[in-house]
Amino acid sequence: MRWLALVRPGDWLVFAAGVTAVAASLPLLLQGGYPERAIVRQEGRIFAEIDLRSRREVEVPGPLGVTRIAVEPGRARVVSDPGPRQYCVRQGWLARPGEIAICAPNRVSIQITGRTRAYDSLSY
Amino acid sequence: MTASVTELTVTAEDRRVAWLAAAAVGLSLVDAAIPSPLPGIKPGLANIVTLVVLVRYGWATAAWVTGLRVLAASLLLGYFLAPGFFLSLTGSVLSLAVLGLARHLPARWFGPVSLSILAAFAHIGGQLLLARLWLIPHDGVFALTPLFATAALVFGTLNGLIAAKLIAENPVESPA
Repeated sequence: MRWLALVRPGDWLVFAAGVTAVAASLPLLLQGGYPERAIVRQEGRIFAEIDLRSRREVEVPGPLGVTRIAVEPGRARVVSDPGPRQYCVRQGWLARPGEIAICAPNRVSIQITGRTRAYDSLSY
Repeated sequence: MTASVTELTVTAEDRRVAWLAAAAVGLSLVDAAIPSPLPGIKPGLANIVTLVVLVRYGWATAAWVTGLRVLAASLLLGYFLAPGFFLSLTGSVLSLAVLGLARHLPARWFGPVSLSILAAFAHIGGQLLLARLWLIPHDGVFALTPLFATAALVFGTLNGLIAAKLIAENPVESPA
C-alpha cells in the first residue's frame, strides 16, 4: 500500500495549518526581545550602561588591572582582561538578552539585557 | 479453594484495554530508548496505539489505554509523580480532549493523519503551558516552541501515517 493513499484531502489542510503554526512560532526564538543594552559591572556595582546601538570601548579598572570592553551595534565583548584564564575574553561576542561574561579575577562582568528583564539560574 | 470475597468480573472490553495498553507501554519504552537531542522531543510512538484505538473502539477506550500507558510507563521508567509524569499526563489529557473533538470531523476528509497532527500539537501545547506555569515560571520556555512545534508536526504526521496504515491493513473487526 502506498503511503500517499492514506492521506485524505483534509489531512493536507491540517498539515498546512501545522506548517503555518511552526512558521508563526519562529519569532519566539528571539525570545527576550532584541538586545538593547550592555550592563558593565565592577565589584557588583554598575559601572556603565551602554546602549547597544552605539559603538564604544570602555576601560574598567579592577584589582588586577584594566578590563577592556567593546560595544558594537547589537553586541558586546570583553576585548582584554588581566585575569589568568581569559574565560570572559574567549566567550567572544555576546548578542542575546541574558548573556553574560564574567571576568571573575578582576571582578568585572558584562551582561546583555533586552526590553524585559531576563532571569537566569543564578537568581535561584 | 475458598471463594474470593470480592469477585472481579473481567469483561472482554477490560481484556482489550489491557492488551492495547500493554502494547502502548511497550512502545513508550522504545520511545524512551531513542536518544533525543532535547528533553521532550521524542517520537511518541505510543500515540499510534491511541489513534488506532480511537478509530476502532471509540474515545472512552482510547482514554483508558492512554491513562494506563502514562501510569505504567512512568512506573517502569521510574518517573512516576516526577515532573516528567505530570508533563506526560497534561500532554495526554489535552491531546485526548482535542481528539474527542477532532474525531467528529468528517472521516471522508480527515483521517488519522489529521487526528495525529492535532493531537501532537495539543500534547506539546499542554506540556509547554504546564512547564511555563509550574516548572520554569518564565516566558523563556516559549523560546523552545519552534523546536517543539516542528517535532510535533514531523512526528505527528509520521505517527498518523503509521496509524492510518495499520487501520487500513486490518479492516475487518470482529465485535468482541
